[in-house]
Amino acid sequence: MRAIVLLGALVAAAGPAPAQTSTADGIAQYRALLADGNPAELWEAKGEALWKQPRGPKSASLEACDLGKGPGVVKGAFVELPRWFADTQRVQDLESRLLSCMQALQGFDAAAIAATPFGKGEQVNIEALVAYVSAASRGLRFNLPQSRAEERQMYEVGKRVFHFRAGPYDFACVSCHGEAGKRIRLQDLPNLTINPGDGVGFAAWPAYRVSSGELWGMQRRLNDCYRQQRFPYPGYASDATIALGVYMGVQAKGAQSSAPSIKR
Amino acid sequence: MSDPMRIRAQVQGSGAIVRVLMSHEMETGLRKDAAGKTIPAWHITEVTAALNGKTVLSAQWGTAIAKNPFTQFTVKGAKAGDKITISWVDNHGDKRTDEATIA
Amino acid sequence: MNLKPLTLAGAALLAGCGTAPSPQDLDRATQGVIHASFRAQGIATLDRLNQDELQQACSAEQAPSAEVAKRLEAAQFATIQWPGDGVYVGDWREGEKLAQNGRGMTWTDPAGVPAGGNCYNCHQMSKAEISYGTIGPSLYHYGKLRSVANPADPAAREIVKYTWGKLWNAKATNACSNMPRFGHAGVLSPAQIKDLMALLLDPASPVNAQ
Repeated sequence: MRAIVLLGALVAAAGPAPAQTSTADGIAQYRALLADGNPAELWEAKGEALWKQPRGPKSASLEACDLGKGPGVVKGAFVELPRWFADTQRVQDLESRLLSCMQALQGFDAAAIAATPFGKGEQVNIEALVAYVSAASRGLRFNLPQSRAEERQMYEVGKRVFHFRAGPYDFACVSCHGEAGKRIRLQDLPNLTINPGDGVGFAAWPAYRVSSGELWGMQRRLNDCYRQQRFPYPGYASDATIALGVYMGVQAKGAQSSAPSIKR
Repeated sequence: MSDPMRIRAQVQGSGAIVRVLMSHEMETGLRKDAAGKTIPAWHITEVTAALNGKTVLSAQWGTAIAKNPFTQFTVKGAKAGDKITISWVDNHGDKRTDEATIA
Repeated sequence: MNLKPLTLAGAALLAGCGTAPSPQDLDRATQGVIHASFRAQGIATLDRLNQDELQQACSAEQAPSAEVAKRLEAAQFATIQWPGDGVYVGDWREGEKLAQNGRGMTWTDPAGVPAGGNCYNCHQMSKAEISYGTIGPSLYHYGKLRSVANPADPAAREIVKYTWGKLWNAKATNACSNMPRFGHAGVLSPAQIKDLMALLLDPASPVNAQ
């Protein structure tokens, strides 16, 4: 037994091969080059048009939609979501709230949109709407309300969901996002149990993903996380995903939002 | 119809710096879909920029240009209030023109 | 899509504005939320949400006590299936392919296709592969550092068995390890694990030879 322990110590001391620093520098340079001209701006412009355009069976715009700071108030709303809403009696994230408004104000079928695969039908318009709404809070600091019992309880549920290990890999969110300074392959992983810094982690989504030329909202990001965790499929805007948003958002309190940002 | 371009044009020194974000799939014609069929090429072939109606930039693009391409260039002698017009044509013959005023 | 408020357990929680819910209430509400929020998709069935004792213990806010961890590790150790033919090491070339392969077990993977080992996602292994993760410790020179000149040599038997055990069920030696239980969970077959063993222990493997 002792022999193995000694060798284990040897390995820990040796450390990784020198390639690490120059690769990370190269990627940082690549990201800096990408930062100007973020294609997410195309979605922001489209989202603004959709917000103001009368649509749906009721031929109404979304300009009366309450995102938490009053009907039609877009600026500052993103950094206070998820939060509790009196009209639906639920804690909701941005995408859930957009569904509520699209149904109540415009007459769309929220359940049908939730069941629509990413990148199809109305989900394409939701990409634009989340880009527009999040852009209106760019640079503002996350400050999710925790004044209501429902919001605090959703935080507690979210914390537990974050740590919930299951599936054939025994993965939970915390398996990859529980420590600072770690990465999968060459993709840095923010520690989401704390505030990982401005424009990072929870503060970086929605984002334009260069590798696929797609704009991903937080719901899509969580969906693909769960796919990689070998979990079954998380319902779009389900309570588990909203609870995670509350947990991550509260832990990220004070972080500046960079959404919609640009990613590999 | 394609989505509008985003054009930002600002005075810089004795001219202007123009940044354009175009919305286009820019399919190279080399990719295959899940069924193994080649996805046909669909990309911008020509780009022109005009300052107050006079062509200042002309480019021929091919398959090396990325999806939703971002372009940046400077124009000498441009002033605040001048009109910058960007046009593209793709291999399907589709066109798009958008304009912006230099700030 | 859940348009209704939290499940009954949850709703009862929220109705009682007087006292804050107990940790047990919140645990139960969480179970309700999880089971109401997911659906089966492709090969990813809902039974994957059923936690075994180890997953439950390692999901709690507090890590299990040393005593509980020891008991869990012993139980996990008992699940290790040792190679019936006594051969522990296969082909490192196949092992390297497996280590590079991150596919398998997700809802977009077709049924019946063997999974990869996902190793480079978390570990440095060969010198040439610079695209490696750091969630797990570096495995560069794994066999070399342990002076394994010949994995078939009885002198190397302890290391060989330890390594097999790690790959089959990493929780046998570290209860709440981040590493999946590749053999135990049926992610990798014994033949695949032998090839990974070769990648780690064969002196000719790029992990040890470069």
